[in-house]
Amino acid sequence: MHSLQVVYDALPSILAGSLVTVSNVALSLFMGLLLGVPMAVSQVYGGAWLRRLVALYVWFFRGVPILVLLFLCYGLFISMGLAVNPFFISCIVLGCTSTAYQSQIFRGAIESLPRGQLNAARALGMRDNMAIRAIILPQALRLSLPGWANEFSILLKDSAICFVLGTQDIMARTSFAAARTHEHLALYAAAGVLYFVLTLVVLKLLRRLEQKVHVPGYSSGIGVESMGMG
Amino acid sequence: MDQHTVLRVEGICKKLDGKTILDNCSLTVNRGELKVLIGPSGAGKSTLLQSINCLIPPDSGEIYLEGCQLDRTDKVALCAFRTQVGMIFQDFNLFDHLTAEANVAIALRKVRGMKADEARSRAQEELARVGLARRTQLYPAQLSGGQKQRVAIARALAMDPKVILLDEPTSALDPELVGEVLAVIRDLASGGMTMVMATHQMDFARALATEILFMERGRIIEQGAPNVLLAEGSGTRTRDFCQRLLEMGA
Amino acid sequence: MLDTTFFANDLLPALNRGLLVSLALIIPSASLGFVGGVLLGCARAFGPRWLRRLGDAYTAIIRGVPLAVQLMMIYYALPKCGIFFPPFGAAMTSFVLCTAAYQSEYVRGALLSIRQGQIRAAQALGFSTVQTIAWIVIPQAARRALPGCGNEIVYLIKYSSLAYLVTCMELMGEGKVVASDTFRFTEVFLAVGAYYLAMVTLASLLLHRLEERFAIPGFGMR
Repeated sequence: MHSLQVVYDALPSILAGSLVTVSNVALSLFMGLLLGVPMAVSQVYGGAWLRRLVALYVWFFRGVPILVLLFLCYGLFISMGLAVNPFFISCIVLGCTSTAYQSQIFRGAIESLPRGQLNAARALGMRDNMAIRAIILPQALRLSLPGWANEFSILLKDSAICFVLGTQDIMARTSFAAARTHEHLALYAAAGVLYFVLTLVVLKLLRRLEQKVHVPGYSSGIGVESMGMG
Repeated sequence: MDQHTVLRVEGICKKLDGKTILDNCSLTVNRGELKVLIGPSGAGKSTLLQSINCLIPPDSGEIYLEGCQLDRTDKVALCAFRTQVGMIFQDFNLFDHLTAEANVAIALRKVRGMKADEARSRAQEELARVGLARRTQLYPAQLSGGQKQRVAIARALAMDPKVILLDEPTSALDPELVGEVLAVIRDLASGGMTMVMATHQMDFARALATEILFMERGRIIEQGAPNVLLAEGSGTRTRDFCQRLLEMGA
Repeated sequence: MLDTTFFANDLLPALNRGLLVSLALIIPSASLGFVGGVLLGCARAFGPRWLRRLGDAYTAIIRGVPLAVQLMMIYYALPKCGIFFPPFGAAMTSFVLCTAAYQSEYVRGALLSIRQGQIRAAQALGFSTVQTIAWIVIPQAARRALPGCGNEIVYLIKYSSLAYLVTCMELMGEGKVVASDTFRFTEVFLAVGAYYLAMVTLASLLLHRLEERFAIPGFGMR
């Protein structure tokens, strides 16, 4: 019963930490979206050097663990004499990583569209820029939604690593309470449940979004339920 | 007469979800005969053929191959039975991960226990027989529909079946590819192969069938030689059905 | 600017030491996790109802909870059950349990993707159930599962760095010690990153080769 009491006492702090976690994930996801879409477009339609540059970026951020990136970014901030803000660093690292992954989701979606789409737009006299914005992206983004939902649940889990720098998220507050009370198991289990519930809730919301933007005849094969929730 | 009977099926019944799919179907196939099953879609032709080799296990009924009754509960006997009854599917069902040659050879090796090179040369022989001697190393995805179905026929032939069941072998094919498959089946028929075939190719049935079986709602309701069933003024359901098929085609 | 003596005398020896520990962690975890994933995947595809439910629930839980949390729980839970693992053992246990769940997802998907017609055709040729599984189902399912399972191994390489959280002295841990001692975070973690990049790139390359080796024209393009 003691452990239940401990969890109960630590709950307000941990729940407050979930706000930090959620804003961390939301900002990173948004950054990934903002940078990932142009990256995907330039990887499909760009010139050779641009494609190579994007491929290099993706290769780097898909190959280096988040934990290493966090400390690397921390080191860069210090050597440049910038003030170290753990939350800011977390957002940058998760955002850059997510950019790499999201660009590949969007690229896959763009490449899966029939070749004729772009040609049809061109035949109507559209410039390529316009065709990509008006014809390609609206379709590709719809197709990307399931992959995007999956990326969210990955990012949420990855965000649990950021506490090593001192970001005051769920994990940091849990480990703080655990160090104080030595009720590690119960507290981490509570944190696990919280992450699980957060994933469930957001995936449900995303699925609603998917239904809202659904266009008949489009199905991207993988439904939301097949990834985040197993 | 009995020694000529290759396959005898008696009183096959099948229900699925409370719906009767096959209702007391019986048929007898003698050596060298080509029996053609016709009838509207959903009549149970495909189910009947798949019930004969127990891919869809019938609820009741007896199956005899050359006078021996099949014991459906005996798995070894069932496998042995199936090696002697070839099956051609509507959608080919070639093994997607194997070349044409390996598709034909795999059952020879794994089921018949043949050596690899022996099986390979036999496979090449069978593929040559269906006119695919130069396509042996291609994978299913690299073949046209007609070629796939010919590989499937070669695969069945390689097992030296006593009878071949063909489940609408040409209905998944583009019209211009139907001919090449029918030509192979025609060769088999003139070579004396015993076959039961479900089809909508009426000209083919009229020309080659020993007997036509007309199915409707899970029953074989008419049965007879084509020139009798399809004769003008015969007033049979079969003739009526064929007339309608013809009108639709025109 | 580049301090070669620091690299040669302090950093690289420590990182090489850590690399060996990392490899000793990754290779068994990946192998055991793969075996577990295959078993779990088969159970979830073809098992009796209760087993399928159980497998699905296990997978959902593992996939919904961050690996860092799982790692901490196992590290602190095992002593309560009377099992005293060194950090290395706790990390490996956690990686195996986690990777098995993720792998099972691909195995299950691959098994369920095999068309009924393929099995029908094998049966029609007289294949027994065991023969059908050995010669038709496994060769096709393995090819379908390979890309996903391979990706999972690449992920495992990256996430093996989390072992540092439970004070396991692998690549990440060794790097952190050097960084904290010398306060040269940028150089140290650039080097650590390069090590991980090398491992991930090598693994991806090998897996790509493997995929190409077993590739079949038109297969899996449905």
